[in-house]
Amino acid sequence: MPDAPVPIRVGLFVTCLVDLFRPSVGFAAVKLLEEAGCTVEVPAVQTCCGQPSYNSGDKADTKAIARQVIDAFEGFDYVVVPSGSCGGMIKEHYTELFADEPALFQRAQHLAKRTYELVSFLTDVRGMERVEAHYDGVATYHDACSGLRELGVKQQPRKLLAAVQGLTLKELPGAEVCCGFGGTFCIKYPDISERMAADKAADIAKTGADTLLAGDMGCLLNMAGKLSRLGRNVRVRHIAEVLADMSDETPPIGAPTRQERR
Amino acid sequence: MQATSHSFKQNAHQALGNANLQKALNLMRAGFPAKRAAVIAKLPEFEALREQGKAIKNHVLENLDFYLEAFERNVVARGGHVHWCRTPQEARETVLAICRRLEAKTVTKGKSMIAEEIALNDHLAQNGITPIETDLGEYIIQIRNEYPSHIIAPAIHLVKEQIAQSFRETHTHLDPARLLEEAPTLVAEARTILRQKFLSADVGITGANFCIAETGSTIIVTNEGNGDLTQTLTKAHIALASLEKIVPTLEDASTLLRLLARSATGQEFSTYTTVSTGPRRPEDTDGPGEFHVVFLDNGRTAMLGTEFQDMLRCIRCGACMNHCPVYATVGGHAYGWVYPGPMGAVLTPTLVGVDEAGHLPNASTFCGKCESVCPMKIPLPKLMRHWREREFEKQLSPATYRYGLKFWAFFATRPSLYRLFAGLGARLLGVMGGSRGRFRSLPLAGGWTQGRDMPAPEGRTFHSLWAERRRAGKAA
Repeated sequence: MPDAPVPIRVGLFVTCLVDLFRPSVGFAAVKLLEEAGCTVEVPAVQTCCGQPSYNSGDKADTKAIARQVIDAFEGFDYVVVPSGSCGGMIKEHYTELFADEPALFQRAQHLAKRTYELVSFLTDVRGMERVEAHYDGVATYHDACSGLRELGVKQQPRKLLAAVQGLTLKELPGAEVCCGFGGTFCIKYPDISERMAADKAADIAKTGADTLLAGDMGCLLNMAGKLSRLGRNVRVRHIAEVLADMSDETPPIGAPTRQERR
Repeated sequence: MQATSHSFKQNAHQALGNANLQKALNLMRAGFPAKRAAVIAKLPEFEALREQGKAIKNHVLENLDFYLEAFERNVVARGGHVHWCRTPQEARETVLAICRRLEAKTVTKGKSMIAEEIALNDHLAQNGITPIETDLGEYIIQIRNEYPSHIIAPAIHLVKEQIAQSFRETHTHLDPARLLEEAPTLVAEARTILRQKFLSADVGITGANFCIAETGSTIIVTNEGNGDLTQTLTKAHIALASLEKIVPTLEDASTLLRLLARSATGQEFSTYTTVSTGPRRPEDTDGPGEFHVVFLDNGRTAMLGTEFQDMLRCIRCGACMNHCPVYATVGGHAYGWVYPGPMGAVLTPTLVGVDEAGHLPNASTFCGKCESVCPMKIPLPKLMRHWREREFEKQLSPATYRYGLKFWAFFATRPSLYRLFAGLGARLLGVMGGSRGRFRSLPLAGGWTQGRDMPAPEGRTFHSLWAERRRAGKAA
């Protein structure tokens, strides 16, 4: 890993789902970023990237949220997001919101250039080649749509997973097919969403893997929820937990929790 | 046809429970995407072709009037006629008038989505003229009294047992004991029936994949050769086209044809590419007595200069629906009108109104697969989002959903307040989830928990834990 003389200042955009459902992912991200030679700060003035309102056609509220994010993350060398979906929103869509407001457009563009999805940041920007992690299991990996198609996250997670001791990666047939989460889609069209999740669960079963990994909490909640309803014995985790060697610290998503909490 | 797009949810619900449909959709899912991927892997310049295709169409849309007028001049110079129709009704009447003047009793039809858009078959039938579909898929759905569920594979929602059943019910003059279980026997039977129809038809109606401005020609592609027979044996050939089908030159059409077949069926080229230029000349051995091009606007010129202009690049290959996970789950009929899938989700609200078709641009996960396979690089998710913006402005989405969104946005723009409630919510849900780690049902999340569990939060938010850690770090 290249050692920078001055530590790289990274602002962590936690995402609302990690904040609410799975703080472990945030801490895993912090650990990985520190291992990659970054100092991590978490601006307090952050809630959500604005996708729920953006994809519901509510431009005014989306702009208010986007302005908040732009303000909060000014001044960092990089902004890192443990989600391709929220990362894609900041990187690909904020500029569209401010197409008619040159000053904000410029700031949105500046933010977009510095914003990365976590795993691709580690490999592509920080040159991370391997991780010190151990995981006992046969894992399969789902390519979450926004990370894959908006940000080009495909080989990076596989490259780092290959370095995890004890982990065997089995490719998921249809890894690039949407799991049916789709943000507000799963609320508006729950039975279609549920069927898509069932199709995904069937593909996961074909791999024989005991672990499902992905880089986006929304997809993970959806797939974990379907797998647990089907009674499948598959451990579901955000990839950052495994790469940061923190999978012993928290039960898998949707699995019974330990009595003592952090 | 009567649109049922407003019932998308109910349509989709029925589709999910339709065993034959699900079987057919599974076959489609396994078929088209793999074929496309294989044929594109063999063409290194495919990406460059996409850029060329996009540039050709963008150029046309910037100069549409010029090319349309050039096309008309060249059609007329070769003895043909061009008809300009603003509405489906004008187009129907135009076609009917030609058929009546020629005292047509039957017309054969090649595949045409514009004919579907203007509901031509019903109109002809109501006026005593029998339309006969000659594309196999179209023929199947015609005898079943259905409409296409896919723009290039109209009967893709059916399994072959259903088709065999329909043939037995319709072709009652044939031996009831005949075997019809395999696809080739179905094709052979349809071919035998249709051959006679071609010979007796008075007028042939086709669509047009492209209209060539420099020559005044129309082009269709088929895999069955039915288009050729439809148009060469009759008193008149009527080609139906929407305005944006125009391209400047044959060379441009060749570029687009290379994209079309690969994107549509995964073929390098369709089996038949038929160029039609004018009526039969004295020295020709065959050809139609008259050549008519009926252009339909139906709201397309109103899309020019708007955020929806990109949609007019569409060459109707169907790749977006072939790769759409929502289409693959509910099929084309759920969309409730002529154009299904992602392209329909953008186009249908334009043509039948967003009030009727408001569900369609919402019924997408924005997975982005459609845009990634679109040969014309149409930003379909972005255009669907534009429809959602219009719906939001017009307050067309359900009130509970809008208020919920506003309620959420109120907190999302007030970080301290948000933090407080997120912290409380995480704790509450964490406690409620208890040691099970998931919910089998949850108030206000009935849609989710109907078929899935909801994983429980860990119990504390990241921000509260982070703040705690920071304080501890500073104290140490």
